[in-house]
Amino acid sequence: MSGGIVAMQDAGYIFGSYALTFAVIAAFTWRVIRGGRRLANHIDDNDKYWT
Amino acid sequence: MTAATTPTTAPVEPALRVRSSGTMATRTLGIATIVTMGWLVAFGLGFSPADRDQRDAVRILYMHVPTAWLAYLAFVVTAVSSAMYLFGKKHSLGFDRVAGASAEIGVVFMALTLVTGMLWGKLTWGVYWQWDARLTTTALLFVSYIGYLAVRGLGGTHDQRAKRSAVIGLLAVIEIPLVHFSVRMWRSLHQEASVLDSDGDVDMDGLMLFSLFVGVVAFTLLYVWLLLHRSRVIAMEDLLDDQGLDRALDQRRAEFL
Repeated sequence: MSGGIVAMQDAGYIFGSYALTFAVIAAFTWRVIRGGRRLANHIDDNDKYWT
Repeated sequence: MTAATTPTTAPVEPALRVRSSGTMATRTLGIATIVTMGWLVAFGLGFSPADRDQRDAVRILYMHVPTAWLAYLAFVVTAVSSAMYLFGKKHSLGFDRVAGASAEIGVVFMALTLVTGMLWGKLTWGVYWQWDARLTTTALLFVSYIGYLAVRGLGGTHDQRAKRSAVIGLLAVIEIPLVHFSVRMWRSLHQEASVLDSDGDVDMDGLMLFSLFVGVVAFTLLYVWLLLHRSRVIAMEDLLDDQGLDRALDQRRAEFL
């Protein structure tokens, strides 16, 4: 580990880029999962090609 | 016809329904994605060395390049699926749903590419944004696919939506080579290819290269997971849309009788 995370230069930008990326991924994933759960309740299993 | 956002049909019997768009395969894929993302964070922020010139700022590379890779991949899949819809004998709407789902994912990750690039640019160039060839063509690509999604949201039948958006999906993908080669075609602040130098040789520290490889694998797994789920959700939206239309037509006929 070069220099250690604590001593990392420009840590705000670096951690910010990671945090932002994972926050957006989490939000988009949540939206997709929630949409799937909401709609799946209203559709018969025979109409779900993945079942 | 717009995508159904609020189901109007009554929920089916609980005993009959599968409660999500997931399967055992997508759950396994999801777990593999989370594990690989954990490795990416460990290597990106911990094990990989700082760069000689950019020092720790190079760690943004492990987010920036995989998000760009994912966006390119998503837009190419959109184009291929659009071609399969337009030129296939059956004109299957399944291809259109894959194209639409892939474009949505691509737009999200292209936005992340732009933002992580701006943060990296601030550290290495001193500014968040320059009207540089790579940045400008990337922004144009992003806006093109927002347009693609806007066209998908216009009215009409599912087939009309598919035809319109397939044409745009095939046209917009032409921008990707322009974005990729912009750093060679014009003078650019942006560095050339991160992994290969101009002679095609690998010009990167081994641990950095491995960290980048982990990032590309993690984001590719994520893409497949998102694509499977999102295309299934679009299929359910279309089905509910059709059912709602059928019911409205029945209601209208009943009013005239």
